[in-house]
This record gives sequence, C-alpha cells and structure tokens, in this order.
Amino acid sequence: MRVLMFGWEFPPHISGGLGTACYGLVKGLAHHNQEIIFVVPKLWGDEEPLADFVNASDVTLDYREKKFKSIWKNLTYLEVSSFLVPYLGPEEYQKFTDYAIHDRTDVDESIFTSKYAFSGKYGKNLMEEVSRYALTAAQIARDRDDFDIIHAHDWLSFPAGIAAKEISGKPLVAHVHATEFDRSGESVNPPVFEIEKAGMEAADHVLAVSHLTKNTIVKKYGIPAEKVSVLHNAVLDASIIKSKYQKKVPEKIVTFLGRITFQKGPEYFVEAAKKVLERDPNVRFVMAGSGDLLNRMIDRVAELNIASKFHFTGFLKGDDVDHMYAISDVYVMPSVSEPFGISPLEAVRHNTPTIISKQSGVAEVLVNAIKIDFWDIDAMADAIFALLHYRSIAEMFKELGSQELKRLKWEHVAEKLVVAYEKTLSERS
Amino acid sequence: MRTICFYFQVHQPYRIKPYRFFDIGDDHYYWDDFLNRSVIRRVAQKCYLPMNTLLLELIHRYDGKFKVTFSMSGTFMDQMETFAPDVLESFRKLVATGHVELLSETNGHTLSSLKSKEAFQRGVNRHQEKIKKHFDGYEPKVFRNTELIYSDDIGEVIAELGYEGVLTEGAKHVLGWKSPNYVYTNAHNPKLKVLLKNFQLSDDIAFRFGNKTWADYPLTTDKFVNWINAIPKQEQVLNLFMDYETFGEHQWAETGIFEFMRSLPEAVLSRTDFNFSTPSEVFAGSKPVDMIHVPVPISWADEERDLTAWLGNDLQDEAFDRLYELEALVRDIDDMDIQRDWTYLQTSDHFYYMCTKFFSDGDIHSYFSPYDSPYDAFINYMNVLSDFILRVKEKSKEKKLA
Repeated sequence: MRVLMFGWEFPPHISGGLGTACYGLVKGLAHHNQEIIFVVPKLWGDEEPLADFVNASDVTLDYREKKFKSIWKNLTYLEVSSFLVPYLGPEEYQKFTDYAIHDRTDVDESIFTSKYAFSGKYGKNLMEEVSRYALTAAQIARDRDDFDIIHAHDWLSFPAGIAAKEISGKPLVAHVHATEFDRSGESVNPPVFEIEKAGMEAADHVLAVSHLTKNTIVKKYGIPAEKVSVLHNAVLDASIIKSKYQKKVPEKIVTFLGRITFQKGPEYFVEAAKKVLERDPNVRFVMAGSGDLLNRMIDRVAELNIASKFHFTGFLKGDDVDHMYAISDVYVMPSVSEPFGISPLEAVRHNTPTIISKQSGVAEVLVNAIKIDFWDIDAMADAIFALLHYRSIAEMFKELGSQELKRLKWEHVAEKLVVAYEKTLSERS
Repeated sequence: MRTICFYFQVHQPYRIKPYRFFDIGDDHYYWDDFLNRSVIRRVAQKCYLPMNTLLLELIHRYDGKFKVTFSMSGTFMDQMETFAPDVLESFRKLVATGHVELLSETNGHTLSSLKSKEAFQRGVNRHQEKIKKHFDGYEPKVFRNTELIYSDDIGEVIAELGYEGVLTEGAKHVLGWKSPNYVYTNAHNPKLKVLLKNFQLSDDIAFRFGNKTWADYPLTTDKFVNWINAIPKQEQVLNLFMDYETFGEHQWAETGIFEFMRSLPEAVLSRTDFNFSTPSEVFAGSKPVDMIHVPVPISWADEERDLTAWLGNDLQDEAFDRLYELEALVRDIDDMDIQRDWTYLQTSDHFYYMCTKFFSDGDIHSYFSPYDSPYDAFINYMNVLSDFILRVKEKSKEKKLA
C-alpha cells in the first residue's frame, strides 16, 4: 500500500511530541513494507530516509488549476476569518481572488505559479502557513497519482489532507494526537477548533492516540464513535537505559518533568510534595521545565516553606533530560489532560517507578504504574511515599515495567494501522 | 558651631554564580569570581580610586577641616584584598590622615540583627578584627547596621557591645514633627546616641543629582549651600549618609558629581556656619535633645524605609528562615570554607534580589540585581543553600563521631 502522509515536522528537527510519533509510525510502517510519501512543510535534508520525502517548500503551485478553486475559496475564508495578512500583496491578492471566483484569465500568469517557502515552525503566520500547505497538498495530489490513501496528522495538516482528498478522490485518515481542549482547557481557539472539526468530518476514518482522546472527539466534535479507532503510541526503543550518571545528594528524588502549564497539573505535584515532606524530610522534589505557571509554582513552594527540598531546574535539554530521569527515584506525571504522554515510558526505560494521572492516555497502556486522579493530592502523596519506602513495589514496577515496554513497539502500532487502512479502503469500494 | 557629618557606605556582596540543581552535592564553590572581580574593578576605576584621590586632596587642602566617615562591609574588604589591593591601599592612606573615621558593622553585611543576637555579635566581632587587621589596629567606636536597620531593641544590643553611638535613617514615620538634625538617644538605653540621616539633602546628592527631570536640576554648590543655610539656626547637625558608589558609579562622572564634591567644602566653610565632623566628634560636641522611639525596625531603603526590600515576601522569608536554621550547627564547625560561605550567604543583597515590589521601587532593585527576576534569584540561592545544608550536616555528623 502507498500512503500519502502529511505531517508538520520530522526528526531531528522537532519541537514537540508530534514529530517523534510520526517518526515512530513511519518506521513501523516501513517495517511492514508499506510505502510512504511523507510531506512536511520544510525539509532540512538530514532526515532518516525511511520514506519518499516531499518538501512542500519545493512544490510549484499552478494556481490556474480549476480544481483548486473550491479549495482556495475555503482557504481564503480561513485566512480572512483568522485575521491574518495574506501571503500575496493586497493588490495581487485581490486579483487572485477575482480570478479564482470569476474564472478570469486577463491577469499576469506569473503570479499564479509560485513556490512558497514554509518555515515549518509554530510561528505567528501559522494560520497562513497551514492554508498554504493545503494548496501545496492539492498540487502534490494532482501531480502524483501513486498513492492509495491519505493520512494527515493533527489540525496543522488537516486542511492539506482535505485538499488532497478533494483533488484525488482518495480516502482520508485523520490522526488526532491532541485536541484544542487538551491544549487550552475550555477556552478553545475557535478557528483551530473549526479546522479540527472539519478535518475529522471530512475524513473517512479518524485515529485517536487514546480512548481518552476518542472520548473527546466523540463528545466535543460530534464525530460518530464507530468512525473513530484508538491507536496508542509506542516507544522508539524499548531497551533499558543504564545511565552512568550518579546522583550527588543523599536524599531520594521525586521528579516532575514537562511544561509547567495548566495542562500538566504542576500545582498538584507541589501540594503532594508538601504532604510527603511533612512525613519524610529526606526527599527532594524537582520540577524540571518551564512555562507560564513557573513563577506561581515558585511562590507556592516558598509559601509552603519547602524550598530547600523542592528545586526548579528550568528547561532541560539533551543529556540533562536523561540525567534527570536517571537520578529520579519516582517520576510523577499529574496531567490534567494528556492525550497520550510519552514521558512516563521514558521514565520506565530508566527503571524509574512512575505515578501517572488517570486523565492521561498513557494510563491505558502502562499497567505497571500507579494511577491516580490528578486532583487527588492525598493519593499522590501516598503513592510517592509508598514507592520511596516500600522497595518491593518499586522493584516490581522496575521488573515488570521493562517487560511491558517490549510490547509497546511501533511495529505493533503500524500493524494495527495497516488494518485500519485496509478497512477504510474496503468500506469505500 | 554647627556641623555636617558625611558618612559613606562601601559595600559589595559576593554574588553567586549560576548554580544548577545538578550541582547540589557536587560543586561546593558558589561564588561568581569573574562577575565579582569585574564589578569591583569597574567600580574601582569609576568610583573608589578617583573619589579616594579627591577626598585625600580635600583633606590635605583644608588641613583636616574637611573629614569623612566610612563603613566598609567585610565582604567588600575581602574582595578588595583579592581583586583590588590598590583600592585597599588608597583607603589606608585616607585613614592614616587621622581625619577619616571608620564605623563598625557586621562582617557579612547581614540581616542577623533581626534574627539572632548571637549571630549578630559574632558578625560584629569578625568585622572588628578585619578592620584592625587592614587599618593598622584601628578600633571603631560607632556602629552602623546593615542598610541602617535600627530599632530600640537592636540599639540596646549595640550598646551592650560597648558602642557609644549608632547611625540610622531619619525615617519620617519615626520622627513625626521632629527634625533629624539633632543627636538623639536610644529609647531603652540613653547612653547610646543616635544620628539620623537627613534623607532630603542626602538623597538630593545620592539619587537626584543627575536626574534631568528633577525640578532642581542641575544641583550646584550654590544651591546646596542655600539649602543648608535654610536649616533653622538651632538645629545642630546635618547628617549626609549615602552609598560611596554614588560618586562615579550611580552618578557618573559626566554628571559633574566629582566637581560638585570638589567645591562643596570651600562653599560650606566660607559661606555657612557649618563645619565638618565625624560621628565620634559629633557625639563629643553635642548634647542629645531627646530619645527616639523606634519600636519597629526601620532602614534606609525605598519609600517605605522599612524591611520589605529584604524580607516579607514568601521567597525572602523562606530563604531567610532556612538559612538561620543552620546557625547553631554552623557555630560549632571549625572549618574555614564553611565559615566563609556562612558569612557570604547571609549578605542582605541576596534577599534584596528576591524582592517583588516591582511597582514602587522595582527599577532601583533591578539596577542592582544580576538576575532577570526575583524568581531566578530565589531558585539560584536555594540551590546553593541546599548544598550548603548538606555540607553543614555532613560536617556536624563528623564532629559528633569524632
């Protein structure tokens, strides 16, 4: 099977979990001898050659293609509705919309064949890039006919997926890694929500990274449950990491590692730390990462008088992340809303016992971890205390956790994905 | 004869280097030698060396009729010894003229007077030894506490230590209708005399001198002498207290601050009935008019003249309390590195960097802080303190076993 896949980033140039997941998926599909045409807004040239990569920045668009008109109309609407400056200058823009809407031919044609240099970043002109990306996708879908199915990852590439489907008539699979409700709580960004909804509605099949996310898709976006299937993430490498990095303090270390934002529930970690320290002062808590709630967390830690046992590292990268996992005795992910959450699996790879919130997708696949409600700080404190003091649970988690990881491979995920592709195709014919 | 008392505070903290969580338990050296050295070298060139030269010249020119007073923190003297022996030498020359008085303070420029009588007394003794060592056996008779922090209780402790007088802020809320231009006494112990800073005229020089939006800009000696002459005849002493770094560092040379100081003695001596004195001379020459009641500690900082620049928000209180919890343990540890770090960690500046009063005096705070935010300052300090706590506990365990 040949898959035309639209992503937004690909390792090594990634800024979030989406790129890692795409990489794992592509690797898994390659393992099952599936052919992938992978499109990203910008290629850097040092990507691992796992797929037929297409750099959207290199695609020449022919705006006179009649089929593009309906796409263009929708996209101009999208750009206008999101109050973005259009890519073309105002006059050219006017001419072009004229041309597109009234089918005129008396304009300078050079305007209509051009390339667009995507940045591939999550920047200010994101909305503009998203719609440009869709036009490029339409061009790609017209130029090449060597694919059976279209697969688009998250809202950034949903318009691209929709456009490719309209041009080619091939079925579309929309893959949801996170929804606007996970990122922003209840204060969703309406244009983003609209794109997500349109993508899922236009898709022939929707993939969710967890049952939790499927639930959101059904409830908040009104997508029929039978159209959505769950495809959990996996780990790229299930081997246990034996780090040589040694911890330099005598106390045990309990770690939170992630963005310090509402979504990740940092305040519950702080409150639980206070409860643990009241019973056992020989523990150090570490909050690694940065985010808009950082200063509020520092204030709270000082207010609770635990600052000599509660540390902030700021944003960690590279080896420091591995070092942090390596010296942790307990890893806690108290996320309020987490579509999946790959970091506890990283902790397991470092043989670190983990506590995860029930409100995370990873809780559906990781058996050997303590699961608590993010708001239940008493349960969280109990669990931390238990893992620190009752070595048997911690040892058991270490042993079973590493076995469990071996089942969480991208090959297995890709196998399920192929089944989903086949089902989608058979339903169409 | 009425008199002007010039007192300059000379202080530099040991700033902490960027110290990460991963360093706790591993790296036991906390001080940013590069930054501390470059600050002191810069200030030496802009302020200490040229101003010392000017003061020496003025003392000689007026044959002792012009005189000044310094208080130098222990952390400043230590840094001078390490990074700027030329500055130390020029201060020695000034003191050797006999027309320069040195005051006593705590060795680490600490806030210990608010927390622990014992830590305070130990800090004062260390400072005295240091002064004695660097300035040819000099023994200060008058005290000035960190940031001019003073209360009735603190004054009582200072009197117990044997000082005849103390310097503090002429805070409005303490003085009420009274004038700062007299000698007062401590409310508990009338033997201890108190000099109060005239913040109006002091801050005209220290803060407003180069401010072009100030209605009285530019400040000339003529103008300043007129203001001095406007002081009611019965008022005895004008206390001009300020940071020594005012000259050339806070107020750049380009503002004309050095020229102002060069011509001020002449103007005062020829056109007013004021002369110049050091605090000891003031105490010897004037009778106290009344006692001054200061039930709640005051300082010379910010608009409020209270302690909120260093203590009061959760970050500052947490750091301060965790630090002084160690006092009893540290006292019994005979280890030079531990004692040095204990002194330097107590320096008030570390707590000043954690101040969150952005709206009233935030600009002054950020001017003095090497950190981007009070939160950064807090995290870095607590990381260092966490390592220090580990070392102290380790050492005291060793001691118990021995």
